[in-house]
Amino acid sequence: MWNRFSTPNGMSRRHFMSHMAGASAMLGSSLSLGHSLRVHADTLKKNRKSCILLWMGGGPSTMDIWDLKPGTDNGGPFKAISTSGDVQISEHMPLMAQQMHHMAIVRSMSTREADHNRGRYYMHTGYVPDANVDYPSYGAVMAHELISQRPDLEIPPFVAVGGASEGPGFLGMSWAPFNVTSNGRVRNLEMSVDSDRLNQRRIALETIENSFISQNRGGVLEDHRKVLGKTFDLLTSKQMEAFQVDKEPTEVKERYGVGGFGQGCLLARRLVEAGVAFVEVDLGGWDNHQNIFRTLENDRLPVLDKAMAALTSDLDERGLLEDTCIVWMGEFSRTPRINGDAGRDHWARAWSVVVGGGGIKGGQAIGATNEDGTEVDGEPYSSEDVMASVCHSLGISLETTFTSRSGRPMKIANSGKLIKGLFA
Amino acid sequence: MAERKGKCTMMRTTKLRRPLVFQAASVVFSALVLLVGSGTFWGVSGSGVRAIAQDEASKPNRKATVPVQTEKIDKAIEASWSDAGVRPSPLEDDLKWCRRVYLDVIGRIPSFEEMSVFMKDKSLDRKLNLVRRLLEDDQYTEEYANHWSTVWTNVLIGRNGGMEERSLTSRPGMQKYLRDSFASNKPYNTMVHELVTATGSTKPGAENFNGATNFLAMKVNEENGVQATAAVSKIFLGLQVQCTQCHNHPFNQWKQQKFWEFNAFFRQTRALRRFVRGTDDIDHIELVNEDFSGEGSHPDKAEIYYTLRNGVAKVAYPVFVDGTAVGKSGYVSEVNRRSELGDLMMESDYLDKTIVNRMWAHFLGYGFTKPIDDLGPHNPVANLELFETLAKDFRENSYDLKQLIVWITLSKPYQLTSKMTKDNESDDPTMGEMPKFSHFYTRQMSAEQLYASLAVATQANRKGNLEEQQRRREEWMRQFIVAFGTDEGDETTTFNGSIPQGLMMFNGDLIRAAIALEPGTWLHQLSTGKGTPQDKVQFLFIAGLGRKPRPEELSVATQILVARKGEVGGMLQDMWWAILNSNEFIFNH
Repeated sequence: MWNRFSTPNGMSRRHFMSHMAGASAMLGSSLSLGHSLRVHADTLKKNRKSCILLWMGGGPSTMDIWDLKPGTDNGGPFKAISTSGDVQISEHMPLMAQQMHHMAIVRSMSTREADHNRGRYYMHTGYVPDANVDYPSYGAVMAHELISQRPDLEIPPFVAVGGASEGPGFLGMSWAPFNVTSNGRVRNLEMSVDSDRLNQRRIALETIENSFISQNRGGVLEDHRKVLGKTFDLLTSKQMEAFQVDKEPTEVKERYGVGGFGQGCLLARRLVEAGVAFVEVDLGGWDNHQNIFRTLENDRLPVLDKAMAALTSDLDERGLLEDTCIVWMGEFSRTPRINGDAGRDHWARAWSVVVGGGGIKGGQAIGATNEDGTEVDGEPYSSEDVMASVCHSLGISLETTFTSRSGRPMKIANSGKLIKGLFA
Repeated sequence: MAERKGKCTMMRTTKLRRPLVFQAASVVFSALVLLVGSGTFWGVSGSGVRAIAQDEASKPNRKATVPVQTEKIDKAIEASWSDAGVRPSPLEDDLKWCRRVYLDVIGRIPSFEEMSVFMKDKSLDRKLNLVRRLLEDDQYTEEYANHWSTVWTNVLIGRNGGMEERSLTSRPGMQKYLRDSFASNKPYNTMVHELVTATGSTKPGAENFNGATNFLAMKVNEENGVQATAAVSKIFLGLQVQCTQCHNHPFNQWKQQKFWEFNAFFRQTRALRRFVRGTDDIDHIELVNEDFSGEGSHPDKAEIYYTLRNGVAKVAYPVFVDGTAVGKSGYVSEVNRRSELGDLMMESDYLDKTIVNRMWAHFLGYGFTKPIDDLGPHNPVANLELFETLAKDFRENSYDLKQLIVWITLSKPYQLTSKMTKDNESDDPTMGEMPKFSHFYTRQMSAEQLYASLAVATQANRKGNLEEQQRRREEWMRQFIVAFGTDEGDETTTFNGSIPQGLMMFNGDLIRAAIALEPGTWLHQLSTGKGTPQDKVQFLFIAGLGRKPRPEELSVATQILVARKGEVGGMLQDMWWAILNSNEFIFNH
């Protein structure tokens, strides 16, 4: 038994080496991301797929951003401008206008959930809330399916930046989002003890933990053990450098925008480079029941435009866009009719999401809304369909089936169908 | 139990009394050596439970005293087990049950001394005695009130309420009202009536202070009070109406008309800003009832309008969920709409069911419905008959929450072990089954329970008066709150078993303080006090987990001691760290 102290069990050699290096090393300069590690990463990167979800909490008005109706009663004051693709978007998205050849707008979204909590759940899982089954969210599903492409990943495969995202559902807490602030700060990362001491504690902890698990007191205990293991991995991993968005040159930071969302998008790029499978970046403040046009023009759209355009072009320049799917969406959109407070209320019946990268054919709009923006013309698409299409772009088979804890088989993306025309 | 009715409702002054904890390591050790040495402590906690059970079985005339409602619970639940074809797990070890009761009733684990007091009580009624001690003994009044104030503050204004910058909710005001209410064991219906009809200032110390106003203060001004409508109906009546604001909901029998009729009760209510004298700085909110002229300017029949999805405008007046209409006048002197609403709610059996469901779920982990605040006719109910009986009994016993706590904590389902057997593994509500309560459902402590438990186990974070302690706890709680960015202030917590929680437990300030070894700390006293290293490790296991260490755990401790060249303090620190991080500590089981 004593041997366990000199040869840690359950650790790879590389992992053990990082223990020996001590916890302080991981907080060192970015130069310590050594050459050999990078070369190794390059070979792995070849067929490694990732996804970045830009989550617009509150429900953004897509007819003021991606599907304008200028000159109609509902249209509002914004003008449409031409873009590098075969679509027009809002005049307040000039930088994205130069990137639209990478992106496709699905203008025929039609959903039924117009309550924030229900809508957020539905758009994140492809399922409406159900008291009896807890469905896994995008990040958990994608990370679960893509983890085998990144055997050396030591940091969580699903990271939520600046927001909560949604939980792992029946996949269990070890697939939960790793929540960080947009500056990449991870709380409580500094371990005050050396690696030998950490190892002693780990062994003591595992001994207590395992005897309790063996008593058949429920699946949550097994999840707890897995999360502890991941926490140990992360404490000693050099890959944690990916979170140090501060290390980026000033001009890169400014290109994305120095606010929370801009830095969050920059962090997303760093995380994807480091091998994280799914990153969700949160931009709230879209619940514009009042004064919507002023808020959009002066505040939300400039922030979104700068960061989203920088992310798209940066990923493209680095050759990552082919393997990284970008998804832009909120829980629903807003009423075409402008209310008495110069705002728009919740509307789910006809709206847009935007997707790009990962082999998606950009520069196009799929589907359309009618003249006043209230209904979808032609085939409507759902959360399930978006999720299925994103899976396809990441090479995840739509035949993938999960088994919930109750033993019930469920097809990935709730059997959603591919959105026609997204793939050449 | 009936003679207790009303006894606890007298106002008690909230004293700054501390729970029983040891002040010196020498006391700890003499107590430990005494208990472990004499064998009585362990004799009872281990096989002793079964011994007592056998004792009861062999003497049919001697039975532990339980209230009649507990018997009803046991009978109904036992019947449901045979109907469902499951067999219950055995009763839990008494000391583990004791830990459970402390966590659920006063929000923290028991101290070493409290465990030994419980185990020394050899009477058949020792469980009842313990529950009554926690509910009735003055030394626990403050902790009881704090715990339930914490639980209800989170229900009424969320974990984030009053925490944002420029928020006009006074979290201390909300907590003070709730603390006072629970300290005096205010009947539940009275508390609800006060929360729904409150007028006055939100902030302690302000003129007309009434902490109850904090529940509605931020829910009435925006969007014509739709948040007040949704919160009051969901929290107190178990009716989910938020979706029906805009349209008739396909799965919900509540119609759009009803939403606005309920909403009409809140339209006289305004949250007025009160300023710091001579400045433009808002000091607090005053919640008032004002005459409401209606949206058609007819104050004598003040109507409101809402729009159907097809654009047609409809009119609504205040009508309660059961169809009872009140006067249409908008003049407060003629019809005080919130007051009318409060009175009508008192007659509704949804009021009784919702609280019984909430309390049941608090103790058993799941309610009779999922989620607990949706009692609509579309939602199935586990054990409908028991649910309705309990709700009725609760009303008939003057809405006395302490009695309800006694009924549930002494019931059989609450006393079962969390270990599943092959005969009840299928009873797993996480698999989408309706709960059958055939074993205790393992669940994680809340962040607040962890905080309070560490305070009692290590005496950390106990500096300053009650308000200061509470403020420090809320500062600490902030790290777990993640907001969703909507106007409704939705939020979630990362204290949910994920990695951020893991990192906090590994390295956070709270844990660092709990394992600190500087002179004056609890662990320092333990490490320098009398006793062998093995005794000290035993003490850590009892204090943290309520059990002796197993041989393999003692063996790891010995190895660490060798690796640390005999430094006992460091070894204890590592073992205590491991205990605090273990599943067995952080889960209520």
